[in-house]
Amino acid sequence: MVELSEKMATKVQPERNTSMVQIGLLVVAVGCLAAAPLFLYPIFLMKLLCFALFACAFNLLLGYTGLLSFGHATFFGGAAYFTAHAVKEWGVTPEIGILIGVAGAALLGLVVGFFAIRRQGIYFAMITLALGQMFYFFCLQAGFTHGEDGIQSVPRGHLFGLIDLNQPTNMYYFVLAVFLIGIAMIWRFINSPFGMILKSIRENEQRAISLGYSVRNYKLGAFVMSAALTGLAGGVKALVFQFATLTDVGWQMSGEVILMTLLGGIGTLIGPIVGAGLVVTLQNYLATSDFPVTIITGVVFMACVLLFRRGIVGEFYASRLGKKLGF
Amino acid sequence: MQALFGQLLIGLINGSFYALLSLGLAVIFGLLRVINFAHGAQYMLGAFVAFLLLQYFGIGYWAALIVAPLIVGLLGAVIERTMLSRLYNLDPLYGLLFTFGLALTIEGTFRYLYGASGQPYAPPPLLAGGTNLGFMFLPNYRGWVVVVSLLACLGTWLLIEKTKLGSYLRAATENATLVQVFGVNVPVLLTFTYALGAALAAFAGVLAAPIYQVSPLMGSNMIIVVFAVVVVGGMGSIMGAIVTGYMLGIAEGLTKVFYPEASNIVIFVIMAIVLLLRPAGLFGRDA
Repeated sequence: MVELSEKMATKVQPERNTSMVQIGLLVVAVGCLAAAPLFLYPIFLMKLLCFALFACAFNLLLGYTGLLSFGHATFFGGAAYFTAHAVKEWGVTPEIGILIGVAGAALLGLVVGFFAIRRQGIYFAMITLALGQMFYFFCLQAGFTHGEDGIQSVPRGHLFGLIDLNQPTNMYYFVLAVFLIGIAMIWRFINSPFGMILKSIRENEQRAISLGYSVRNYKLGAFVMSAALTGLAGGVKALVFQFATLTDVGWQMSGEVILMTLLGGIGTLIGPIVGAGLVVTLQNYLATSDFPVTIITGVVFMACVLLFRRGIVGEFYASRLGKKLGF
Repeated sequence: MQALFGQLLIGLINGSFYALLSLGLAVIFGLLRVINFAHGAQYMLGAFVAFLLLQYFGIGYWAALIVAPLIVGLLGAVIERTMLSRLYNLDPLYGLLFTFGLALTIEGTFRYLYGASGQPYAPPPLLAGGTNLGFMFLPNYRGWVVVVSLLACLGTWLLIEKTKLGSYLRAATENATLVQVFGVNVPVLLTFTYALGAALAAFAGVLAAPIYQVSPLMGSNMIIVVFAVVVVGGMGSIMGAIVTGYMLGIAEGLTKVFYPEASNIVIFVIMAIVLLLRPAGLFGRDA
């Protein structure tokens, strides 16, 4: 990730001295999210939050460790299946169901990561893609996923046995809380010593090895962390839509999350959120027409790579206004 | 016994396509350092061009076998010249992402125009029917596919290993700047290589059209398997890509006989085992 890292290197410094402007923006953003269901359809907002968390978790790997996974749908869709199965068949409460989804995704991440980190760069992407496709075929044939039908009519249940999540407002604030916790964890993680070492691996893997860090274990740790947070998004998504299907484990889903991250800005904390917002809005908008989303997705992909590799947020940070605001 | 030979033949045919496609990927990667995600889409394009030539111009199979790769190769050259060539001095991952977007666009367009269901394409009359080999019944067309794809692989190998053009290609793979100093036009060489890879994929597509149906999605499932083949073989050698392609096709065919449930995933399982034992791939040079 030569090109990527050069851009990142210039960014590391100002990241630390968070200005008042940024804190103000953060407060406004959270306020907007809290008030949003008054103006927008809650299901749409919840979908947006789930995908935003998914993209941020993915970015943990691509943006901060320099590893391009082409198989993240495995953890997203896998966790959706686990949570849906646990809630529907075992009758556990939603928070336990989501934790089961997260644990399952982390375990899958451990297995996939174990194989994938044996190769680097382009091979890493191809291996994760192949293993993801393997998991897709597994889900197609396994009994508990109900094949083509998926797991339907998953009950949302009562959070902690108390709060009724069938109430749209309750569900929305629950999803928002999970989202904010997830983002906070990612923020904490990338600013921890562990996260710093990941960045050093991204910048120069050979040097990190020579400094005595066991790069493999750090990469695996980042992979599992990213998979677990992806699982958090997938588990919540299963409760929001009340189903889990093969769509969530297909390679198209892996491609979608890459697009969200690339469009918003690789290696920025809020870039993937912006990217997810744009892609989900676009899908929603096109859902009623018969024009296929894939064409637009493909064209946006090519345009991003050719014209603005920094993504929308990355370009904004690099612009004059962005610099003035202290990004 | 019948079933075993039948599945072996299917395995050999799948192996032919794996070999042709992974060969194209290896040729492109060797020189351009780009993993061509659009390879599956170019394979699909080959089949579709053959189908459209027949539909609208009455041009049959034999002509399509030449014309379709030419058209797709030309298209590849245009894409390389106008867009892909801007990405060479960046991280190789951007090439992968760009060609992924290209594949989505091509497949989405064809799905929009022709729907997701497959279109039938009849094998040429000359190769209709079959031959009884005593131990099994061999449809003539399938026998032809195995022979001609072997020839195409061999031809490409000869082109790269034994001709003057091939020596330029190999030299540019080692050190492009130095080759340019000697007066070889490397940018043209790069364009030619990408067009050659795309044409090979389209050639495989035309061969596949009478066997599988011509459908917009025929490439995307294929390309992921071919990626696994490439990981197993390593992209270091042309011969490695060919041999691994046939080997894995046959392994897949055998699995269909002995344990059909796993036939979809056997190649991925083999990939995982190879990664454990020999991470650089069976024929790979890079560690």
